[in-house]
Amino acid sequence: MLSASCEQDWVNMAIKPLAIAAYTVTNALGRGVSAALRALRRGESGLRPCDFEETDLNTWIGRVAGLEEEPLTGEFAAFDCRNNRLARLALEEDGFAAAVRDARARYGADRIGVFVGSSTSGIRSTEIAYRDRDPATGRLPESFDYRHTHNLFSVADLTRRWLGLNGVAFTVSTACSSSAKAFATAYRHMQTGFCDAAVVGGVDSLCLTTLYGFHALGLASTQVCRPWDAGRDGLNVGEGAGFALLEWAESGDARVRLLGYGESSDAWHMTAAHPEGAGAAQAMGEALARAGLAPEQVDYINLHGTATPLNDAAEDRAVLGVFGPGTPCSSTKGWTGHTLGAAGITEAVFTFLCLEHGFIPGTLNTRQPDPNLGAGIVLDNQERPLRVALSNSFGFGGTNCSLLFGRDRP
Amino acid sequence: MSRLYVESASVLAPGLAGWPASRAVLAGERPYLAEPMPAPTATLLPANERRRTTGIVKLALHVAQEAMSRVDRNPWETRTVFASSGGDSEVLDKICTALTLPDRPVSPTHFHQSVHNTPAGYWAIATGCTQASISLSAYDGSVAAGLLEAAALALAEAAPVLLVACDLPLPFPLSERRPITAPFGMALLLTPQPVASRLAVLQVRPTVEPATPMDDAHLESLRLGNPAARALPLLRVIARPEQGRVVLGDDCGVAASVEVGP
Repeated sequence: MLSASCEQDWVNMAIKPLAIAAYTVTNALGRGVSAALRALRRGESGLRPCDFEETDLNTWIGRVAGLEEEPLTGEFAAFDCRNNRLARLALEEDGFAAAVRDARARYGADRIGVFVGSSTSGIRSTEIAYRDRDPATGRLPESFDYRHTHNLFSVADLTRRWLGLNGVAFTVSTACSSSAKAFATAYRHMQTGFCDAAVVGGVDSLCLTTLYGFHALGLASTQVCRPWDAGRDGLNVGEGAGFALLEWAESGDARVRLLGYGESSDAWHMTAAHPEGAGAAQAMGEALARAGLAPEQVDYINLHGTATPLNDAAEDRAVLGVFGPGTPCSSTKGWTGHTLGAAGITEAVFTFLCLEHGFIPGTLNTRQPDPNLGAGIVLDNQERPLRVALSNSFGFGGTNCSLLFGRDRP
Repeated sequence: MSRLYVESASVLAPGLAGWPASRAVLAGERPYLAEPMPAPTATLLPANERRRTTGIVKLALHVAQEAMSRVDRNPWETRTVFASSGGDSEVLDKICTALTLPDRPVSPTHFHQSVHNTPAGYWAIATGCTQASISLSAYDGSVAAGLLEAAALALAEAAPVLLVACDLPLPFPLSERRPITAPFGMALLLTPQPVASRLAVLQVRPTVEPATPMDDAHLESLRLGNPAARALPLLRVIARPEQGRVVLGDDCGVAASVEVGP
């Protein structure tokens, strides 16, 4: 239920659009946007049976090849861990770091904020340190550097140092909505004048904590994940990183823009989504209100669509409640797996690609849509011009975020 | 730069047992005595949840509840920002230990409690608040980052925001690599609309300046001993709101300048 005061807020909540000045993404589909675009277009999944180091789980994962062989060295050696390696890889793709250097020359290093989403940061380093504890004393190996690897800030700290930025910086950590919420945070800091531009992103990498954790919860599928499918039985954990550079949009600017964001809390349960998707619907409604758009003006919804039975059902109710059954929507988790704290940026970048190249990705691996779900699920890729698209990200603790992106001309 | 009104403050730490008992100590009118921190009560949580939740959730909800208890404002209309350097290291220690055992028996409860936004989730459930909530970390600059985020949220969305900052000492063996010497939790209720009954008025902005220390040696060692206690210079000027300026932050390069007035 929305309170009267909340509805009143909506009247004047329209935001000024932000231009997506540069962006990049790296995940199981490969490094950079061209690898993602090619795989999305061809319907080629990046998922594989779990072959992550030390694991013995019967599940599928989305793994970034080659991370093991590419350590951080020199002045960044202290940051060396799987998660920061992945961050560095992504920052160097698609000319992203160079675009930020240009922006730094225009705005100044102090005036660009850094907001990076992550759920587990470099916890893999702590897992390894616990494995290698001194059997007599229980102490961790001398080589273990908590601050620069495991601590949540480590990935935002590496990002700002790699890019030579000195403005406000922190890690947003709200489970699987983290890097979607980074966009909302960036907007607020720019709107308040705390920075003039912002680097937003998300990085989460494979670790035993999430692989065994989702397994313990019974949420990790033994098959390739199948969002919205009648036989869906869980998610596949993936790893990924992505970044975007946000600047105020100039009039007539044809680049993709952030038009609106919406955030809410379910206030329901720590792991189970609200069965009616009330929080998700509130987030989508707020994103529309901030963009000043009606539901029928949205051409495509990139669903959170994790492929767990309850999450997809709750999101379906929410989408139906806000948009009805007519708006085309799909989940791209069948390509990348669930990249957790990086899911927001990963799917935001996929949404940019859909807007720029005029297509809707299908819902890979899904062949028998659940008859109990009513949203307008798209199974196979469609070529069509898009003007406005929504991306959903939801997480444990009942945290929800929806982002609306658009472009001037289809 | 726009103003923020501090409607309410709370604190729980050794020698700082709630705002009313701590105000004079923070203001320098009474000596600081590092007595053990009273156990957080977090009575907002149902008893069965309170048993299951960990120390950091109880501390976060306790200070959040204390801050909201002295104002006429519904928690469900208040956005929240939860700042913590390391979150729930008690749970992370249990998970990392389980991962070293045969069959890696990670507890599903520990796994879902391991997310950084667990206190935010419990707060939302306990209060019924469906508003936006952000959980963040900036290592020793977490309080500065939290204050900047709370200010940006309050000003950009013209809404009241509850900022909660908490960190606890880590369990062994992590404690050796991340020494946090004492527990510390605090909360501030901030609003962009002028309110008659207020503790102080703030103007907040990011800075790269060094942090303001505490005059009292024991409070300064508390400030340096816990990332959340980096809020102490701000709590001091809120307790004694003459015109002044403090810088919150630390050597990680995330800092906030706060101009404070009555």
